[in-house]
Amino acid sequence: MSDIEKTELNLKDIKAHNPKNKIKESAGYKIFTVFNTIIMILVSVATLYPFLYLISQSFTSTQAIIEGYTGLVPKGFNIETYRYILTRNDFEFLRYYLNTIIYTFIGTVLSLFFSSILAYPLSKPKLRINKFLSPFIIFTMYFGGGLMANYVLMLKLGLKNSMWGFILPMLISTYYVILMRSFFMSIPKDLEEAGEIDGLNKWGVFWHIARPLSTPIIATMTLFYAVMYWNNWFNAKLYLQDKAKWPVAYFLQTIIRGAGANEPDAQNMTANIKSCAMVLTVLPIICVYPAIQKYYVQGMMLGGVKE
Amino acid sequence: MSVKEENIRLKQSEEWSPRKLTLGQRFNKDLHVNWQLYVMVIIPVIYYLVFRYVPMFGNILAFRKYTSGGSIFGEGPLTLKYFRQFITGKPFWQAFSNTLILNGLYLLFRFPLTLIFALLLNEIRNLHWKKFVQTVSYLPHFISMVIVCGMIKELLSTSGPINEVIAKLGGEKISFIAMAEWFRTIFVASGVWQSLGWGTILYLAAMSGINPSLYEAATVDGASHFQQVIHVTIPCILPTIATLLILDIGGLVGSGGAFEKVYLLYSPLTYETSDIVSTYVFRMGIESGSINFATAVGMFEGVINLVLLTIANFVSRKVADTSLW
Repeated sequence: MSDIEKTELNLKDIKAHNPKNKIKESAGYKIFTVFNTIIMILVSVATLYPFLYLISQSFTSTQAIIEGYTGLVPKGFNIETYRYILTRNDFEFLRYYLNTIIYTFIGTVLSLFFSSILAYPLSKPKLRINKFLSPFIIFTMYFGGGLMANYVLMLKLGLKNSMWGFILPMLISTYYVILMRSFFMSIPKDLEEAGEIDGLNKWGVFWHIARPLSTPIIATMTLFYAVMYWNNWFNAKLYLQDKAKWPVAYFLQTIIRGAGANEPDAQNMTANIKSCAMVLTVLPIICVYPAIQKYYVQGMMLGGVKE
Repeated sequence: MSVKEENIRLKQSEEWSPRKLTLGQRFNKDLHVNWQLYVMVIIPVIYYLVFRYVPMFGNILAFRKYTSGGSIFGEGPLTLKYFRQFITGKPFWQAFSNTLILNGLYLLFRFPLTLIFALLLNEIRNLHWKKFVQTVSYLPHFISMVIVCGMIKELLSTSGPINEVIAKLGGEKISFIAMAEWFRTIFVASGVWQSLGWGTILYLAAMSGINPSLYEAATVDGASHFQQVIHVTIPCILPTIATLLILDIGGLVGSGGAFEKVYLLYSPLTYETSDIVSTYVFRMGIESGSINFATAVGMFEGVINLVLLTIANFVSRKVADTSLW
């Protein structure tokens, strides 16, 4: 057999054993696919069940809840609790919700700005200072001041009971800076050089060339930072004594923890007030995160790639 | 000019290339060209100094007395008495062993399950179905721990659905949240529930980067589908597995995400299995006001954490040729 013939034979072999063809042939693989589908359905159901349960409870009538109804379809459809939460001022849910929106907005904008002006210079391997700056930043991921030293510092800075006490401790996340840096590194150098030839200075290149090319990572970081601020309750517990400044997550924590004794309204209200408040707090996140899934998966991928 | 002379001239001019400059000169040149980049990092660097490095040095409160309103670096002579206090106390060791047990169990279950889930996801051929499962499985990652724990409490309450099933099967209702013997199960199960999907992202990314010709070659060699997973997929994502494992082992003693969940779920009834170092620090430091004592405990945890991470990193570099630094 000549070499050429051999090669052709091999090629045929490869085509015949193309993974897709082979998969269709194998009976074992068919069984596996069925088995795999069942597992995926089980995982999805298990993931969604608590949310569906919560939603069902939030619409179920007080009577049914007291009787111990635990189904996934609301019984005795009831929107009174939602109406109470959203219209009555004495429960003040809306105020906490508004606080969260304000903190999330201001925090996310500032975090995005300061993280990117740190990540961009870090993405330039030729910048001399990076020899010192990279370890300086990254070390904080592995060792930190701990709760007490941070707490004492915040007291000293007079940040207790102010919005900044809530925002500043998490203003720049080192992990997110690293993700952004990886993305900036992937921007083609030619584009930036072209910008410089056209007369842009370094800041101009960052603002007019790198930033517009970075939609995926900016979308990802917006989501991550916004979720971080939206969900945070612990900084509020530490630094916000004034109830009027509480974010909704901390308010929820107090009513869930059954510190409800301080919350006469919550105690006397319908039994499903917690479910309603939780649903309202989760809702914006559920609406937003699937929309930018393709971006954050990409962003995480870049960050996971070792240089 | 002869060629020789030209060469000499070139050599001389090479001496002016950046390589021959002193460190200071090179830095000045860099500063001149890139000064705007240097200006950009000023505020973030100040932020890191104030909010990350000052507290790091603030750990000195583990050795010096802090008085309310006084210096954040403490006052007076250095002392080891705070360390002696917690090292000799029983609650610390209970919290320390709980931290190890909870994190260890969590790692033991979550790590293989996540890997298996990623491998299974990778086998789904229908892209819409795959994307749907992924989207659903990412959901818990974005939910506040307050809500997660709120849901856990609702589901496990004596009037919740799980107890209803138990009652229907003729069993006795269990108040899970108030029982120390259930805490570990609840902690691990809810942790897996929350992190299973998100944990697969890096694995899936690594898998999508595998060269398809490797699978073709394996097929030609007669490898079954399962054998391909064992001999192609897993070896190719080994660096990712190693990196994630280092991070996890480094976090074994750390509070990480455990603090919030334990704090939100525990009660004095369950301290015996639920109290971890970081919740102990919180109780002692913030609730009881023993700032020095709590700093010492927290610092002890941080240092052990760093040591563990360094060891894991070293081992991984030797064994799997992957390391964080």
